[in-house]
Amino acid sequence: MKTGKQLMLQNVIKDNQVVHQILGICSLLAVTNLMSNSLVMGLGLTFSTACSSFTISLIRRLIPNRIRMMIQVLIIASYVILFDIILQAFLPEVSRALGPYVGLIITNCIIMGRAEAYAQKNPPILALLDGLFAGLGYTLVLLLTALVREALGFGTIFGYNINLIGFETWTLMVMPPAAFFLTGTLIWIVNYAELTKHHKDLSSQQLGGGADHD
Amino acid sequence: MTDVPNISPLIIFFASIITSNMVLTNFLGMCSYISVSSEYKTASGLGQAALIVMSITTALNWLIDHFLIVPLGLEYLRYVIFIIVIAATVQLLEMFLDRYFPALYISLGIFLPLITVNCAIFGVSLFMVIRGYSFIQTVLFGIGSGLGWWLAISLLAAIRHKIAGNKLPPGLNGPAIAFITTGIIALAFIGFSGIVIIQ
Repeated sequence: MKTGKQLMLQNVIKDNQVVHQILGICSLLAVTNLMSNSLVMGLGLTFSTACSSFTISLIRRLIPNRIRMMIQVLIIASYVILFDIILQAFLPEVSRALGPYVGLIITNCIIMGRAEAYAQKNPPILALLDGLFAGLGYTLVLLLTALVREALGFGTIFGYNINLIGFETWTLMVMPPAAFFLTGTLIWIVNYAELTKHHKDLSSQQLGGGADHD
Repeated sequence: MTDVPNISPLIIFFASIITSNMVLTNFLGMCSYISVSSEYKTASGLGQAALIVMSITTALNWLIDHFLIVPLGLEYLRYVIFIIVIAATVQLLEMFLDRYFPALYISLGIFLPLITVNCAIFGVSLFMVIRGYSFIQTVLFGIGSGLGWWLAISLLAAIRHKIAGNKLPPGLNGPAIAFITTGIIALAFIGFSGIVIIQ
């Protein structure tokens, strides 16, 4: 049984759903041209993942195996609708800017992935934490990408001007291609870091093994 | 409900293939776009399945939206209803193809059920509602988006096929290079943006 802290480390950093599993990419690419939109989107996904994981785990023994997908989708959809209505009521401008992408949280693979892989085999509190940290890991990647795109594309961060030296803003950064380039580069960096670490582990193991043999 | 935008359905059709491509400008259906594009034949199969399902479900969802959801004031249930319509359509289509077009059914294989969770299908329905299209516009928008998705995944699969035999820097192979390739394709597609525009 994992503790909350282990789950946090695993879901936010070591096994980040976005860069390792390549899940939930659609919204990652679509909303990251502004920091504020990304933050709202990340919170929405975190909320939906945590709540639906909790609910699914709570009733996991009652769901017949054959129709579990359908039930999971309905649970997820209810939470997303809830979030959508809250957003429309309190932040109508952000809701308009995000457009269909709030509704698309339903088909975001992260939520379904956590439900299938974790929530239906584990107790509710752990499932809640698992969903929460998976969502936070997603938010982290979202904010990182948005930071680069907004700072270079508009010269702002969260709408505050940081363009003090007056550089020419890089319009491509807020257009679709840059989202692909940045995500690709991010995945590359993470993969590369892991490969080098893996190599180091391997070589130190071999050294250690040799010493043991002697 | 917003007013029906005054755009010729044909313009919507071409725009949804080229300038408002579902993958390259709206980023929808990325999960399967990246994971199924390593082989050309399978990618093309998934593209065809997406085209068929997208054309049918978008039109169906329009009808349901206009004759059921809006008159009954059920807007808050829209997401759930759309998802159920898509899942049901895929299931029915599977049975229908199995019965009457077994060759096509075998060639599409596993891709039909996969389509249910493809966010491009759901996204097209949501866009259609948000932009307030008329029925004719919706039908052409659905077909155009499907064609655009098929075109995009075939392009990527063909390029990845060429990349496959080459030596890449460590860590770049797999999804990373797929993303960067898609970025370049998207960059090329921006060149079309003067032709037709819808938003």
